Amino acid sequence: MSTVSVRDVTVAFEAVQVFDGLSLDIQEGEFIVLLGPSGCGKSTLLNAIAGLLDVAEGQIWINGKNVTWEEPKDRGIAMVFQSYALYPRMNVRENMSFGLKMAKTPKPEIEKRVAKAAELLQITPLLDRRPDQLSGGQRQRVAIGRALVRDAAVFLFDEPLSNLDAKLRNELRVEIKRLHARLGKTTMVYVTHDQIEAMTLADRIVVMKEQKIQQIGSPDEIYHRPANLFVAGFVGSPQMNFIKGRFENTGEGLSFLAGDRRLSLSGYPFIMAPSSGQEVVLGVRPEHLEISATGIWPGFTVDIVEPMGADTVIWCSDGEGSVQVRTSGSRRATPGESMTLHVDPTQVSLFAADSGERL
Amino acid sequence: MSAAVPQGRRPRHLTIGRIGIYAFLVTAALFFMLPLWIMVVTSLKPMEEIRLGNILALPAAMTFEAWTKAWSSACTGLECNGISVGFWNSVRILIPSVILSIMAGAINGYALSFWRVKGANVMFGVLLLGAFIPYQVFLYPLVRIFSLTGIYNSLTCIVLVHVIFGLPTMTLLFRNYYAGLPIELFKAARIDGGGFWSIFFRVILPMSTPILVVATILQVTGIWNDFIFGLTFAGRENLPMTVQLNNIVNSTQGERAYNVDMAATMLAALVPLVVYFVSGRWFVRGIAAGAVKG
Repeated sequence: MSTVSVRDVTVAFEAVQVFDGLSLDIQEGEFIVLLGPSGCGKSTLLNAIAGLLDVAEGQIWINGKNVTWEEPKDRGIAMVFQSYALYPRMNVRENMSFGLKMAKTPKPEIEKRVAKAAELLQITPLLDRRPDQLSGGQRQRVAIGRALVRDAAVFLFDEPLSNLDAKLRNELRVEIKRLHARLGKTTMVYVTHDQIEAMTLADRIVVMKEQKIQQIGSPDEIYHRPANLFVAGFVGSPQMNFIKGRFENTGEGLSFLAGDRRLSLSGYPFIMAPSSGQEVVLGVRPEHLEISATGIWPGFTVDIVEPMGADTVIWCSDGEGSVQVRTSGSRRATPGESMTLHVDPTQVSLFAADSGERL
Repeated sequence: MSAAVPQGRRPRHLTIGRIGIYAFLVTAALFFMLPLWIMVVTSLKPMEEIRLGNILALPAAMTFEAWTKAWSSACTGLECNGISVGFWNSVRILIPSVILSIMAGAINGYALSFWRVKGANVMFGVLLLGAFIPYQVFLYPLVRIFSLTGIYNSLTCIVLVHVIFGLPTMTLLFRNYYAGLPIELFKAARIDGGGFWSIFFRVILPMSTPILVVATILQVTGIWNDFIFGLTFAGRENLPMTVQLNNIVNSTQGERAYNVDMAATMLAALVPLVVYFVSGRWFVRGIAAGAVKG
């Protein structure tokens, strides 16, 4: 059974239609990440699930109940915001108990739940402080705590880590993952534009662009088998290399041809029947390009070298285009050096040049 | 030591330009201080001294007689109870008017910026348009309406008028302030189960202190200085201080008591003056808050 189900939802802002019949099913206990560039509609979708935004058409189901017309508080959800959204004139304890007070929960019960959530998030010593006396990380912890006390079946996160610095972001990311494991059957829907958050946290990632879902899949699928050029380019850093070319059917089977470079595609798992002569785009992740003297593509020269510690990214160019190669961190190269690259045909992705869809 | 090595703070030199600026500022300050100075010294002089005509001179024999007379025994038409009657009338008008108009503006602004009522922008536009129509246009229709409903010439009537006419500015002020608060706070409160009133009183109002101060300043000075509404709607019993001041200054029986007039005027101006002096910083902020964002 799915906990959250978005069925053919259309959201309209005055004259502008944001979604046109968007559907999404989320399983119980699942960690779903909505990933996309700003303006892709991921936050709008989250707000629609939360009930902070009216849908024009379609239904939203949470826990087997049609909540399309329900108030946010009656949907069995909790939400964490990017700007923390802590009530500035209340201390941490009051912030966390506000929702329960509104729901007329008995006092001992409120205290019990606040104490439990505070302990889980290690914010017990902060309970009597006001939000302006907390650091960014502490504030977000409190905001998560405030969501936690609601005992909701579904947690909604709206870019919760975007206001934090890199170190805190990593810490809290791990903590959110741990929290999800600990809570067990709690469903989490998490909006972000950060692909690392998406890859590390998600059971399934929903990649969105221009108000449309591009691909739904596990981080593995998204990364290794992107459904189209957009997903391939959006996920992964450094970016996937794209090489324009076409198919050619030689005697030994189908191969990819770009200029005088050739790649035999005998091991490639096609999902659509390719036709000879079709214009295609070859996508190769930088880590799937290998610098090797026996490689199949000679004639590259080193352009720029970016040492990143754990690995080194080498930009190679062959006069027409440039590709990025990710090698081990100890590898060094000097600009101008010539290189021969090797490509493993089972690791590449092929996209139709016209539609951008995966072949 | 010869020429100084450039280090630390750069030395400032008094240039001709600077001197010009200071001269202008001092002149301007003197110009605006002058009326106040004349009022204060005149109010402290006995009439004999005023007749000499040295209006700028300090009083030779300082006396507070004019002030006591202005407060408690100056004649406003037929009655001679001083301006104190008007003072307390003004206070009685001021307190409910200020509180009610600010509350109305705050609730309006809150509803407009957070609840996104259908047609909110149109309503807001109409409200603002109302602020630009000259008051005189409203006077006669309002008098007719109030006498039909039977509250004309009463405290209720004048308070109601102040609340109505304060609404556009107060709404604009609060709407703009609330537009600057993060909408996520409101969303969080909605998820926590707050309704229209509970979010307003528990979350939004506690965050409104700065704008409440600004609104209070604007309304206190505005309502205290009002003349035309008080004269038209308050009725004989509740005439505010400004109207009584006019009566004192304009009642010409025998010699004109300049010192009493000055003292009465100072007394009438006291409340706004105190407000300005105490709250200069906030006042500027209030003007800016109303002007920058539309």
